Amino acid sequence: MKITRRTFLKVSGATAVGTVLSGLGFDLSPAEVYAQTLRIKGAKETTSICCYCSVGCGIIVHTDAKGKVINAEGDPDHPISEGALCAKGGSSYQIAINPNRLQKVRYRAPNSGGWKEVSWEWALNKIAANIKKSRDASFTEKNAAGQVVNRTNGIASVGSAAMDNEECWLFQKFLRSLGIIYIEHQARI
Amino acid sequence: MTNHYIDFRNSDVILNMGSNAAENHPVSFKWIQAAKDRGALFIHVDPRFTRTSTKADIFVRLRSGTDIAFLGGMIKYILDNNLYDEFYVKNYTNASFIVNPNYGFDDGLFSGYDPNKRAYDQKTWALEKDENGIPKRDNSLQDPRCVFQLLKKHYSRYTPEKVTEITGTPGDDLLKVYKAYSSTGTPDKAGTILYAMGWTQHTVGVQNIRTMAMIQLLLGNMGVAGGGVNALRGESNVQGSTDHALLYHIIPAYLPTPRAQWATIEDYNKTTPASKDPRSANWWKNRPKYLVSLLKSMYGDKATKDNDFGYSWMPKLDPTQDASWLNLFDEMYKGTFTGFFVWGMNPACSSANAGKVRQAMTKLDWMVNVNVFDNESGSFWKGPGMNPKKIKTEVFQLPCAAFLEKEGSITNSGRWSQWRYKAANPPGVAKPDGDIMYELFKKVRALYAKGKGAFPEPILNLKWDYETKGHFDVHKVAKEINGYDLTTGKLVPSFGALKDDGTTSSGNWLFSGSYTEAGNMAARRKKDDPTGLGLYPGWSWCWPVNRRIIYNRASVDLDGNPRNPNRVVIKWDAATKKWVGDVPDGGWPPMGTEGFYPFIMKPDGVAHIFGPGLKDGPFPEHYEPLECPIEKNLMSSQRINPVVKIFEGGPDTFLTCDPKYPFVCTTYRVTEHWQTGVLTRWLPWLIEAEPQLFCEMSQELAKLREIKNGDRVVVETARGKVVAVAIVTSRMKPFNIAGQTVHQIGLPWHYGWIWPKDGGESANLLTPTVGDPNTMIPESKAFMANVRKVAKKAKS
Repeated sequence: MKITRRTFLKVSGATAVGTVLSGLGFDLSPAEVYAQTLRIKGAKETTSICCYCSVGCGIIVHTDAKGKVINAEGDPDHPISEGALCAKGGSSYQIAINPNRLQKVRYRAPNSGGWKEVSWEWALNKIAANIKKSRDASFTEKNAAGQVVNRTNGIASVGSAAMDNEECWLFQKFLRSLGIIYIEHQARI
Repeated sequence: MTNHYIDFRNSDVILNMGSNAAENHPVSFKWIQAAKDRGALFIHVDPRFTRTSTKADIFVRLRSGTDIAFLGGMIKYILDNNLYDEFYVKNYTNASFIVNPNYGFDDGLFSGYDPNKRAYDQKTWALEKDENGIPKRDNSLQDPRCVFQLLKKHYSRYTPEKVTEITGTPGDDLLKVYKAYSSTGTPDKAGTILYAMGWTQHTVGVQNIRTMAMIQLLLGNMGVAGGGVNALRGESNVQGSTDHALLYHIIPAYLPTPRAQWATIEDYNKTTPASKDPRSANWWKNRPKYLVSLLKSMYGDKATKDNDFGYSWMPKLDPTQDASWLNLFDEMYKGTFTGFFVWGMNPACSSANAGKVRQAMTKLDWMVNVNVFDNESGSFWKGPGMNPKKIKTEVFQLPCAAFLEKEGSITNSGRWSQWRYKAANPPGVAKPDGDIMYELFKKVRALYAKGKGAFPEPILNLKWDYETKGHFDVHKVAKEINGYDLTTGKLVPSFGALKDDGTTSSGNWLFSGSYTEAGNMAARRKKDDPTGLGLYPGWSWCWPVNRRIIYNRASVDLDGNPRNPNRVVIKWDAATKKWVGDVPDGGWPPMGTEGFYPFIMKPDGVAHIFGPGLKDGPFPEHYEPLECPIEKNLMSSQRINPVVKIFEGGPDTFLTCDPKYPFVCTTYRVTEHWQTGVLTRWLPWLIEAEPQLFCEMSQELAKLREIKNGDRVVVETARGKVVAVAIVTSRMKPFNIAGQTVHQIGLPWHYGWIWPKDGGESANLLTPTVGDPNTMIPESKAFMANVRKVAKKAKS
């Protein structure tokens, strides 16, 4: 049986009915045990940090035997968040499990009305050729005052605070090697 | 942040201003609550009553864009009532320093203003030095030209009556806040400020924050547990992306970007901050070591002493060029660029005057858009008002892995760099950003290796060897960032080991120590808390050198004893001649013996109450936003910040005090969405919770405009309009500004046309192209708008 969140609530509700009343009114322990079994049965735990705001809350991601994300929840060992997450962090597994994710490389030709699926190889080759063309056409060795500037005036870049540190560092290295000076991202806005 | 999230709990008075912590940084509120549980006071100052306000002991309103007036009044209150921390002010700040005799301030202008250039010559703001080049002081603080006396004079004008007229905050409310916050001026009390975009997104953004930093210095709240100046930043790694310099004006770790007038390293190094004061550590004097180590990490063996370590391969800005965001899109609008990377961003919704940005994109030949979901930037060519047939731009939309589908570190606002592991594979053919850029560069390099091209040296000589078994290896980059001793091949233990002779490398000196021979420090999960302050030195790693509270040498007296014995950040142990506690700001002995002044990143070694380096003045002064509701600034004849750059023409229009746009408008965020919504609008739970754009307004304004709760309304400015659902609420109230009723409205900026279909458009279609003169951060938090009910369509 496929257990969705709603059917799970029905199932656990039914389990709770008829249990011995505790001081709180219900003895939920059988339902809790059942829930635990369902959720983490065979699941692998991976620690992560939330991708949204800058608090840096700890997240534990659960993946099933096939490597599919089945849950993400607060990391109780994390000293800042102590297991808590906000509405966004608590929904974050839906980034992974989401039919709207971009899954293909897409290309929109000039003046075209739609996307076309392309391969990585094709796209990266064409982007590299575009970079070279724009760079070679706009490369400026000296400015109007005759000072050496060795820069590419014809390409700009924005992004990204959504990348990891290592990617940010590598990206600035990539951009500066091309001579780009118009380098900006979220921190400016 | 100078401090960090858990440290909020050590505070006695928490001021949340320019931020809505409960809704935008919800889990941070755990530590505000922990402080409250200890008996701390929590103050919220905001134009709007939010969920943060519900938890406040004191909530007061102010009109958007009037924070300097509000805080200037607090400076006056502190000085008038002698509530400042005299020891701290005399020893750890430049309050006693003597200012140039020609410094002056008159009717809203500081000395040295050139109206044609809309800029200051800052010469007359300089601090005087004696014959040995050491700043002159008057430790009695009585000299009429000392910073302290000039401060008193400047803020004597910010009387409660004047502040109330400008801000709309009733006098009693002002006094409540002033009294509560200035109670932290004693060594046994700490006050902290938590702010966010509510302060930065103004034409006086930097000075908003400086005013509060000055208050923190007057009250002795910098460097102590429960104190500091703490930005609640908006993105999970915006701290790291700033540190690693994805910005035009800096190269990694806050080194200035090379400029045309610095042709060689020798020229560059002439601008290294210098101090002749033997008591000033002037840490930036080490900058030459960091520059050469960075160049070694850029070009590896190809960077040699003989070729100036490849310095000429780094692109250079013109002498005074500003290539920041608003100028970038202005150039794009003019057609300067043929190519554009939009990598993990959505400027079509996040940029001020987003309509201009969308038009600018049509001028490009090509765009590379890397993202997790489709977005209004990558698909701009089919957006509202666009005719794809007429748009030439080629667009490549590359799918990337989400955070839980790759490995690497991110740095939170408290400067903690925390390692994340890969939980799952990305969907389809999506790849981590690192893999994409790694492979793309190899393709570019191959083209330059094969054929002729402009100035191929920086491309052919770039060190690009971060792979294992043919795949991008994030650990190799993390190690490169940390840096190596190139004579031994070992990772350096900290930036103390870096040299300027080419024998060391480091991609970012601030991150030196993050990945050493002892391992990956960001991945640590030890929970020891030896100080009891919640510093958790064994959890993750924090820059610099795992120091959890910056400027902590200002938390002790001249002998190294904690000024607050109940919250000991660091302490000098005379027996072992060592500091205990947090990693100190330099291991030298206490200042009273042979140690240095505590603010080691400042050339003078002390904190700047008088700040001669900013473009708009050494003291913060109230100016109205570019678009404002009153004809005259009640403080002076200068209505707006006299040095802001005005963009005019084409899509750049603004209208101030215009009856067509009579209401103050601001933008903000909700808990369930994030930024432009690319990472939240596509999530079913979140979009169900907050499905569409709304506009909040007071009951009074709704009555005036005959708008009912739930009505569809048009919000319009000189630049654009959006349709939103009206929320009529007592959370918003009109202000009394100098005897006039001024209404304020606000709306979130999370939406865009692409999804959901009936969710509304970006609120940034409304915001103006104007920025703070120091940072060029756009003024998205205060502008003028109109709101009216959508006319009902006639039934057919």
